[in-house]
Amino acid sequence: MSAHDAGRDPGFVEKYLYSTDHKTIGLQYMLTGMAMALIGAFTVYVFRMQAAYPGSSVPLFGRVAAADYNYLVTMHGTIMIFWVAMPVLIGGFGNYLIPLMLGCDDMVFPRVNRLSYQIFLLSSVVLVASFFVPGGPFGGAWTAYPPLSANSAYSLTPYGSTLWLLAVALEFVAFLLGGINFITTTMNSRAPGMKMFDIPIVVWMIVLASVLFMGSVGPLVAGAVMLLLDQVVGTGFYDPSRGGDPVLWQHLFWFFGHPEVYVLLLPAMGIVAEVMTVFARKKLFAYRTIVYSAVGTGIISFFVWAHHQFVAGIDPRMASLFSVTTLIISIPVAEMFFVYIATLYGGSIRLTTPMLWALAFVAEFLLGGVTGIFLGSAGSDIYFHDTYFIVAHFHYTFFPIAFIAAFAGITFWFPKMFGRMMDETLGKVHFWGTIITFNVCFLPLFVTGTAGDHRRVFDYSGFAELATPQMQNLRILATWALLAMLAFQVVFLVNFVYSLFKGEAAEANPWKANTLEWLASSPPPHGNFETMPVVYRGPYEYSVPSRDDDYWPQYEPGDTADDGAPSGPRSVEQGA
Amino acid sequence: MTRTVAATRNVTGIPTGRLGVWWVLASETVIFGGLLGAYIMHRVGHPEWGDQAVHTNVWAGGFNTLVLLSSSLSAVLAHQAAERGNGARAAILLRLTAAGGATFLLVKAFEWTAEIGSGFTIGSNLFWSFYYTAAGLHGLHVLAGMVIMLFVAATAARNVELHRVENVGIYWHFVDIVWIFLFPLLYIAK
Repeated sequence: MSAHDAGRDPGFVEKYLYSTDHKTIGLQYMLTGMAMALIGAFTVYVFRMQAAYPGSSVPLFGRVAAADYNYLVTMHGTIMIFWVAMPVLIGGFGNYLIPLMLGCDDMVFPRVNRLSYQIFLLSSVVLVASFFVPGGPFGGAWTAYPPLSANSAYSLTPYGSTLWLLAVALEFVAFLLGGINFITTTMNSRAPGMKMFDIPIVVWMIVLASVLFMGSVGPLVAGAVMLLLDQVVGTGFYDPSRGGDPVLWQHLFWFFGHPEVYVLLLPAMGIVAEVMTVFARKKLFAYRTIVYSAVGTGIISFFVWAHHQFVAGIDPRMASLFSVTTLIISIPVAEMFFVYIATLYGGSIRLTTPMLWALAFVAEFLLGGVTGIFLGSAGSDIYFHDTYFIVAHFHYTFFPIAFIAAFAGITFWFPKMFGRMMDETLGKVHFWGTIITFNVCFLPLFVTGTAGDHRRVFDYSGFAELATPQMQNLRILATWALLAMLAFQVVFLVNFVYSLFKGEAAEANPWKANTLEWLASSPPPHGNFETMPVVYRGPYEYSVPSRDDDYWPQYEPGDTADDGAPSGPRSVEQGA
Repeated sequence: MTRTVAATRNVTGIPTGRLGVWWVLASETVIFGGLLGAYIMHRVGHPEWGDQAVHTNVWAGGFNTLVLLSSSLSAVLAHQAAERGNGARAAILLRLTAAGGATFLLVKAFEWTAEIGSGFTIGSNLFWSFYYTAAGLHGLHVLAGMVIMLFVAATAARNVELHRVENVGIYWHFVDIVWIFLFPLLYIAK
């Protein structure tokens, strides 16, 4: 029984604004991420309008100057990756789910956790503040390559580029602190009886992602310090005229930047695994294979970074090497997707809103993964580099990760988080509206990219072969699909707010799922569980033939699932 | 604030606080690793940096190495005292360790003053940029370690939370080890 603070009313500030409760912190991360997503969505609306109707005045913004276009694109990428995908998938679900799914009352370092969110909030404020400084926000793309980022004579954003760098560095610190908490909590504070392979996949994935993040971000932190000194003090780390090397930044950035893709992919895969098993009513196929594939993906992800630099003048021998490693990493990722499909095979599938999102994740990410093969091979990448083909490719990976999987997670855990069910009809309208418009938006971009559309061009009228009506029609089609997609997000927001107050009340375990968070009441009180749970089996015992119920919660005492023999509670002795 | 149930569990057998410190150090290792890796790659390509490195003060660096290593000894003795339940002694030894850190920073201050006075500033050329960046980042870690150590000494003196003595000691050894890499790379290699 969690005795701490029990019975004491913490008051509004301590409960919602200055809380050490992992659930509040998780929701703070998630809601901050959703608020930042609105800014990210506004930026894409403006620059896509410019791409479709160059030179015309964009409603709510006005005419888009070339420098505006640059910062809008930069902020879109920066915000969507660092301030939406990271806080929602890792900060949000990680904080909310890990202690609940492990059967704890909180993280092991609750105050470090609070500090983590506060630093993240500060980083968001710094980034938003950069919109209002002289010169405007940074416009040198989310990858911030020097010399553009290092020298304000080139970027023309003396304050914007420094604030951008500070914001990103603060964000890294926030997620390092959070990650230390996730990893330590999972290693040391699992419920009695929960062995390593009884941990739900989503927890595995978030913890592995935290380890990956920790292992890859260090060099970029050092690189960011160096870039900051280049900007502010006038050192020449990235300035070739003074002995420095701009490609050094590219190495440091992508040594982090590519593992970062998997830092975000793994939690998304975890969420999808949880949703799929519950709504297929079937045991997760090959649990250990998924864990080992995820570990393998993580290790290989440290050896693929230079595939972003095939045109940066790196040694051609290095290009062949990194082509090979990049193709190799698709093996464990594909492995995981096959295993997920095998989980569906023979299940009794229920097409609820979260399940639709989970299925769409597999379908859409597949397109992103397959088109990645063209970009991982140096020969074809040299043609496709910096075209809309790669824009379409990474949106087919990141959109499923940051939005499709996040929507799967939000619609799935909403009853737990807020104690009410979301509306299924609105949920399905939102789902189909988003998925169809997403594909109509990005499929044409593969075509324009293959035809030669360069991703950083602000107005194609100067390029006769690209300024044809056929090409422009495809750009307009993509923009209209985007507008429709943004409009459908209103359905989600309406559903979210409506269900928050008026949704049907949710019981503790509305989906009849196995993992420990469904033992706690909805929403769980401070301290989570009335009695701290003990774990008797793995998390995916669905449709066990010898039982009447088609699910078998981890916390329910009884026969062990392995042999069916009555054996009483599993030994509470805690093996690591 | 009372401990959470989560904080009282111990599945791996490694105390949670110490485990947390190890993960902090893991993340620090890659930060310094990235910086020093970048330095080494440049250094290999620029043998002429040796001409700059001769202007560093090897004697001051050597003295600082001695100071920092000795302060790690007092950190270990503090841990030993804490394990025996002697918080007062642990506190004294921790303060001694912090004094070692202060000496280190003081020597650094004199060194840097002399170097900047001779015209070797952070913007002079890339060797000095790395020199000040790497040693500066390390110096901030020394400073942070001293602050934490004084806090831990204050609680240890009251004989509470004695496990923290070991944890701050682990961090201090890390700061020490980073210097063991910095000293030859920045000062000795000509």
